[in-house]
Amino acid sequence: MVGNRDCGEGDMGEPMIEFRGVHKSFGDEVILRDVSFRVDRGDAIVILGASGSGKSTILKLILGLIGPEEGEILVGGRDIAPLSERELVEVRRGIGMVFQEGALFDSLSVRENVGYRLFEEDAVDEAEIEKAVRRELGFVGLEDAIDKMPAQLSGGMKRRVGIARALIGSPPVVLYDEPTAGLDPVTKRTILELMIRLRDLEGVTSVFVTHDLHAASVMAGERAVADGGGGVRFLSGGDGAGAARNRFVMLQNGGICFEGDYPGLMRSTDPYVRKFVS
Amino acid sequence: MKKSLLMRALGAPWRFILRALWDIQSYTRLGARAVANVFTPPIYLRETILQMDRIGIGSLTIVVLTGFFTGAVMAIQSEGALRRYGAVGMTGQLVALTIIRELGPVLSALMLAGRIGAGIASELGSMVVSEQISAMRALGTDPTRRLVTPRVLAMVVMLPLLTVVCDSVGMLGGWLIASYKLLISSSQYWSDAMNAMAFSDVVGTLVKPVVFGLIIATTGCYIGLRTSGGTEGVGKSTTQAVVSSSILVIAADFFLNNILIYLAPLMNR
Ligand SMILES: Nc1ncnc2c1ncn2[C@@H]1O[C@H](COP(=O)(O)OP(=O)(O)OP(=O)(O)O)[C@@H](O)[C@H]1O
Ligand SMILES: [Mg+2]
Repeated sequence: MVGNRDCGEGDMGEPMIEFRGVHKSFGDEVILRDVSFRVDRGDAIVILGASGSGKSTILKLILGLIGPEEGEILVGGRDIAPLSERELVEVRRGIGMVFQEGALFDSLSVRENVGYRLFEEDAVDEAEIEKAVRRELGFVGLEDAIDKMPAQLSGGMKRRVGIARALIGSPPVVLYDEPTAGLDPVTKRTILELMIRLRDLEGVTSVFVTHDLHAASVMAGERAVADGGGGVRFLSGGDGAGAARNRFVMLQNGGICFEGDYPGLMRSTDPYVRKFVS
Repeated sequence: MKKSLLMRALGAPWRFILRALWDIQSYTRLGARAVANVFTPPIYLRETILQMDRIGIGSLTIVVLTGFFTGAVMAIQSEGALRRYGAVGMTGQLVALTIIRELGPVLSALMLAGRIGAGIASELGSMVVSEQISAMRALGTDPTRRLVTPRVLAMVVMLPLLTVVCDSVGMLGGWLIASYKLLISSSQYWSDAMNAMAFSDVVGTLVKPVVFGLIIATTGCYIGLRTSGGTEGVGKSTTQAVVSSSILVIAADFFLNNILIYLAPLMNR
């Protein structure tokens, strides 16, 4: 099986993902300059920023899909920048990625897309994969679409299949690239609750890229608790427990112009942040 | 980054040469990796068989038509040339040698460079621009192994078979013209054709398509995987794949002919 999630209290405070002075450019265009931040195990970070500010680029760097020109990118304490493609496979096994445009495999059915990771590891048997695929699709409300091809799905459905594909095999780290963009309010709520539940009850380390401030505030302001009977309740408001494990980073001009928690973001006097949040 | 700095410091012609060298190096590396993958697990058998079906069965019609008409044309053309020497009876020999040595392998390869080379480049190109390749890597699969190796393998196996079909149908087309237009007896046509062929010709007609298949598949994959710039880029890659693989096939044919002619005396002993 793919890496197990563990949320033992002892692990808290240990960095899961860390950027140290990362530079990245495409041709002559500098996208990230000297970017540093860290996400502790079991924590969530929301990356905000305008279109083209380099949010997706950060996620691709974490996966090692592209390499930085300078700086270190530590995943689970290991610098991945110098690793070969073969060595990166091991790192990627522990990371689920929700791509901005879904990036579903056109030639594979929804079942094969979602189960991709498990089909690739020959060890897992078919019935078990089928069960896992149905469970993940159930989480995103798409169990009926299991036999469809990606071309038969709407944009929002594709994104949700992409989420199911990222979550299968329970990776301890999940990267979400605009998972709620273009979804109706009900579906969006479902996805946010899924993300909060993974963060609070399964100890998933999450990186949430968005420019949807409302989604970010829900993520920061709510907390999932098990209610004993196998169900999950979502607490919001004053207790602030959600906010404590949810940090915010805001990108501007290739650098980080804000780093802190949600109340801090709201109080920030940085003119760019003010323009963004109001 | 180092590359682009170096590029900027050099003049345009040097930049061109450097980029060409870079391309050759990465192309060779992709081809070598694709072939090496055949010998280590995992092998994507289902994908390979799917590709064989697409390439083999899917291209049968165009290869049959190409072969038939080429054989027929060769027979018609041979009349004018051979009549002058009073040797129209040797039509079978002429058709056999041109088709089996040269036109069967080369024309089949060129047809497949158009059909399959373009298909591979556009399919992989769209996968690049829609981030499916990134997603594949993110999910822990090596795209070379999953996408390139099955296509290379399928092409290297199917093109020789298609070439044999092309050769046979070409001979048949020649026979049709020979017997109904040139009034050569069937037995003369076929025995003439068989006698003309040496062992080296049979080897050649099988070895050439292996090399051509390798060229077409690796070129299509390399250019497809290098696509950038959205759907427009996919169009460009597709065209470029057809042009490059066609030229490479013809160039390789030149070198293969030289090698085969050199080796023929050894093979035909
Ligand atoms: N492969 C690439 N080649 C060249 N430039 C690129 C490439 N990928 C991204 N860029 C450039 O990098 C910049 C940042 O891209 P990125 O996708 O990270 O933005 P983003 O913050 O995710 O934006 P959005 O909110 O629109 O998704 C953009 O200006 C883009 O043009
Ligand atoms: Mg983006």
